[in-house]
Amino acid sequence: MHRTKLFDHVILMMGVFFMVGPLLVALMTSSHEAAEIHRNGLQILPGGHFIDTYTTVLTKQGGFTGKITGLRMMMNSLILGFGFAAGKIILSMLAAYALVYFRFRFATITFWMIFTTLLLPLEVRILPSYEVMNTLKLTNTYTGLIVPLLASATGTFYFRQFFKSIPDELLEAARIDGAGPFKFFIDVIVPLSKTMIAAIFIIMFVYGWNQYLWPTLMTTDESFFTLVRGIKQILLVWVGSNIPDYNEAFALAILAMVPPVMIVMIFQRWFIKGLTESDK
Amino acid sequence: MLGLNKSAGKPREETDAKRVQFNSRLLPYLFLAPQMAIIFIFFYWPSVQAIHSSFYLEDPFGFGSTFVGMANYTDVLKSGEYLGIARFTAVFTALVTFFSLAIGLLLAVKADGVIRGNATYKTLLIWVYAIAPPVAGLMGMMMFDQHIGPLVKVAAFFGWDMKVGLNYNDTAFAMIVVSVWKQIPYNFIFFLSGLQGIPVSVREAALMDCRSGFRRFWTVILPLLAPTAFFLLIINTTYALFDTFGVIDVMVKDKAANNPITLVYKVYMDGFRGNDLGGSSAQSVILMIIVFVLTIFQFRFIERRVHYN
Repeated sequence: MHRTKLFDHVILMMGVFFMVGPLLVALMTSSHEAAEIHRNGLQILPGGHFIDTYTTVLTKQGGFTGKITGLRMMMNSLILGFGFAAGKIILSMLAAYALVYFRFRFATITFWMIFTTLLLPLEVRILPSYEVMNTLKLTNTYTGLIVPLLASATGTFYFRQFFKSIPDELLEAARIDGAGPFKFFIDVIVPLSKTMIAAIFIIMFVYGWNQYLWPTLMTTDESFFTLVRGIKQILLVWVGSNIPDYNEAFALAILAMVPPVMIVMIFQRWFIKGLTESDK
Repeated sequence: MLGLNKSAGKPREETDAKRVQFNSRLLPYLFLAPQMAIIFIFFYWPSVQAIHSSFYLEDPFGFGSTFVGMANYTDVLKSGEYLGIARFTAVFTALVTFFSLAIGLLLAVKADGVIRGNATYKTLLIWVYAIAPPVAGLMGMMMFDQHIGPLVKVAAFFGWDMKVGLNYNDTAFAMIVVSVWKQIPYNFIFFLSGLQGIPVSVREAALMDCRSGFRRFWTVILPLLAPTAFFLLIINTTYALFDTFGVIDVMVKDKAANNPITLVYKVYMDGFRGNDLGGSSAQSVILMIIVFVLTIFQFRFIERRVHYN
């Protein structure tokens, strides 16, 4: 019995090594100088250049991109993450509220029209989506960056599922007290959905922050670049340089992963709840 | 205008599950308006556009287009290059799905079994979920770098002269490793929550009936995990087909020439680099059909699961 447990721990530790090892190497390597990395390879011990590398990446213009700083990219990433998560929650709560709590003529067809958006991911319709954005003159705008990503109705289904589980008696009681649809929504539905909102916010923030393909297409103007979008720039600069700025590349990668990783870690319980209970 | 409505006797439809509802002619449309507007502009319009352009040959300079019927489709499906990419996509998807499910399951079973350090393992193993695919790709590039990559040195130790980015098979190998790495946490989370949902009484009964841990897992635990596994199978397939775009884009560095790419990447290459609107759209529609079939499969299955529950 004791031996099998030891064996279990060995497997788990190997798993942790495989999963976390590369992250640790990236963090440590980012604190060394580029020339040193070029000479000695990746590092597993901290070096002495942590502060100056990160200061350069965050505040210096140029480097991998022409004229914007890492700080600006981080701000854009935050705008995308928060904008996407907030937009998704507002849109889908309203839509789900209409679907669950109202009786209206086109309910069934509306439901199916929303449902269909789950069938086709953005990746299969990138070119026509891009053309539409061009027609609407939305390229290189925050609206163009965020709003089209809201077109998939995953959130609506989470909330629809959740609203359906709220007991009918609540609405009956609210009606007796004379509450209308707005009051019922604000005073009953929103407070009841708090945990659900938190869980979905976390998942959607991470999803928004990590978007790559859409920002790559939509933003050619550097001032709209996100950190994840900036990764592509690293590789374009890379080609043809003698000693690539490995340290700055790793620093940028670390900056791109720290906020979502922190959020998932800190709100782990909500995150797992949101992920597994909403079934996709 | 507002009032309670009780639907008596009539079987409830999918959309109105509530026994009690508001009655209002305008409000539901008002609440639905933002969602529907976005869906129409950013989902239906481009989707219809894709289907439309797949039947036309577009002038690359924007001087109109000619109807060519199914020509774009036959061109795509007859092209040896496309079929090669399709074959690679199938192999890539199968391998990524298999390994990320297998490793995720193994780690979940072990994490479920140990008592000490359970929470720590869990936290450490789910970190990578939050990392964007292109960032994962960049990390992979470093690990497999010709000069500084430790994994290349490990491979060299075994006599494998690994040239990621230059050699087709080596690049494919690195892409698969990175894609699996990125997806393990997702599968781990779902398998672990599936395992924790198995009642203690079932486990104890199994323990009394069978002493071999492996057989117990194979005959009792695994069948109970089957619904989770099937759900994950579909999710992982869609992940390998679409979400790996970032990994691939970073690892082939825009030089798709001798490097393996997937079907989604090909749509992107032809559409944005090659300016072949018709061909790219036809490929989009082919992908739409693949996803459509996969998703229908998934929903039918979920329905069945709900039914048995």
